[in-house]
Parts: sequence; C-alpha cells; structure tokens
Amino acid sequence: MYSWIFRNLPGPVWVRILTCLVLVAVALVLMVQFLFPWFSQFTTLTDSTIGLVQQP
Amino acid sequence: MAHQQTTAASAVPSGRPGQEQEPRRRLRASDVIRKISQILGELLITAGIVLLLFVGWELWWTNVEANAKQTEAVQSFAQDLTGPVTPAAPGNQTDYGPPVVGTAPANGETIGIMYIPRFGADYTRPIIEGTGADVLDTLGLGHYGSTSMPGATGNFAVAGHRQTHGAVLDSIHTLVPGDKIYVQTADGYYTYVFRNNQIVLPNRTDVLMPVPTQPGIVPKESILTMTSCNPRFGSQERIIAYSVMESWQPASAGPPSEIAAQVAKAQGKG
Repeated sequence: MYSWIFRNLPGPVWVRILTCLVLVAVALVLMVQFLFPWFSQFTTLTDSTIGLVQQP
Repeated sequence: MAHQQTTAASAVPSGRPGQEQEPRRRLRASDVIRKISQILGELLITAGIVLLLFVGWELWWTNVEANAKQTEAVQSFAQDLTGPVTPAAPGNQTDYGPPVVGTAPANGETIGIMYIPRFGADYTRPIIEGTGADVLDTLGLGHYGSTSMPGATGNFAVAGHRQTHGAVLDSIHTLVPGDKIYVQTADGYYTYVFRNNQIVLPNRTDVLMPVPTQPGIVPKESILTMTSCNPRFGSQERIIAYSVMESWQPASAGPPSEIAAQVAKAQGKG
C-alpha cells in the first residue's frame, strides 16, 4: 500500500520523499485536531467530576 | 485509506504479459493473496502506530496544550486586576470584615486564580466557571455552577483533571492538613486551609452540598471542595479535598506574603 503510494507520486525521488513527509504531517495534524479529541471521549481517564452535574 | 481499494483492484490485472495461460492464473491468485496480506499488515501496523500516537497525545500533548491555554487565561484575567502586588507589612493583621462575594460569570469565563504552594511554587492556575469538557479539558479548574462563590458561607466546589489535559489536580493526594490554598478574584484573596480528603464513588453528589455530605445542615463555614478522579490514571472513584476558609483580604491590601511573588509574576510585575 505505502510502496504503491510512493511509486505513484510524481517527480524525482527527493520530491517524492518530501511529499511523503508532507502527507505524514497532514495526517498527524488531522489526527491531533479531530480524531484524538473525538476518541478521547471513550476513555474514562478524564472523568473528574462528581455525579451528572456536567454530563450533557 | 482510499488508496487501499485502488491497490487491491489494480493488483488483479497486473499479471505479467507473455506468460502461459495456466501458470499465469495460479501466479495471479497467489499474487492477490500476497497483496491482500501485505495491505492488511500495513493497515494493522498503521493502526498500532496511530494507537501509540493517541497514547502520546493523551498523556503528553494534552498537557502542553492545556498549560498554554491556562497561562493565557491567567494572563488575560490578571491584566484587569487592581491593587498592589507587594504584601502588607508582616504582623499587620487587619480584620477586613466579612469577605466580598462575587457573582458567578458566564460559563467559560474566569472566576479567579488558584495558588497552591504544596503543588509547587509555580502553581498558578485559572478557575473557570463550569465543569463541562470544554472547560476542564483545556482551562483546568472548573467551578460547579450549583455551588457558592469563593468567600461565601457554604461550599465553593471545583473539579480538575488528575491526569492529562493539564493534570491540574495531579498532586491532590499530597496535600497535608494545614496547607494553604489561595484563591484570588477581582475582589481580593481568600485563604483556605486544607482539612482532609475523602475517596468516594462518582455518584456522591452530596460532597457538593453547602456542608459537604450533610444534607439539610445550615452552613457556618466557607468550604473549598476540590474533586478529581481516583486512582491516578483511573476513574473508578473520586478523590475529594476539603479546605476551610481561614481569612480574607481585599485586593487593595495586597497578596498574602507566601504567594506575593507568584501574584506579581501572574500580573507581569515580577
């Protein structure tokens, strides 16, 4: 899968390496901004309140 | 993950040209299996890396983010504060009368700043109105809207994370009876003294009562109740820390000497 992506990127090798780094960075930003905050509601590590006062 | 389907589809017609019909089909079948298991493997490795990243994000990055937000909240709140940042002369025990009790701001607004020397000389955290995830996950200490404000007779209750998202109450179990907890609002400084802690189940809302865990009793003291999860890295229980207000001084009297340096720093005058 990843080798297929790498083979099908345009440009010479160094451009493709750069593109890959950019793609990885974009994936990281998306995960930190959207995926992880959404997923963290399913972990119970962060329940610090009493009762149902804050639960919507 | 849109590439994955394309790969699987394109794997099928990628048979090598110029080969016999019979061996070519067998080769293609094994090729497909190889491709599929390779993609599956790569996806599983990816999932593992993403999970590890999530752990890193939760345990480390949420703290970085929350600490930055809280510093910002403290600074923007401290900008509007008046009064000197040097403490009154020692031994000058003036009685400032009954404490001024502010009104609760809107959800997400800053009530004041909390200083807990036991948690470190740099423990300067904002107290925000509300206990929703929007408040607790970045801004730290959240005030239960159903409870009193600082200085009022009754219970001033705040919640905070034990771990992650700033971990504002990580050291709550290290408080020793007699430890001072300072709350600064626009009106002045409220000095609380830690009394005891209690470990309860998460549904024990009676710890938020005007006299904690004693329904129907008319309060005579000003209590500060802090709630956080227990054990650390778990949430099966809640740890509650009770403190009693000892004294109050208006903003014009300057901060208590123990936190004077921190107050000055928070207001950019240190």
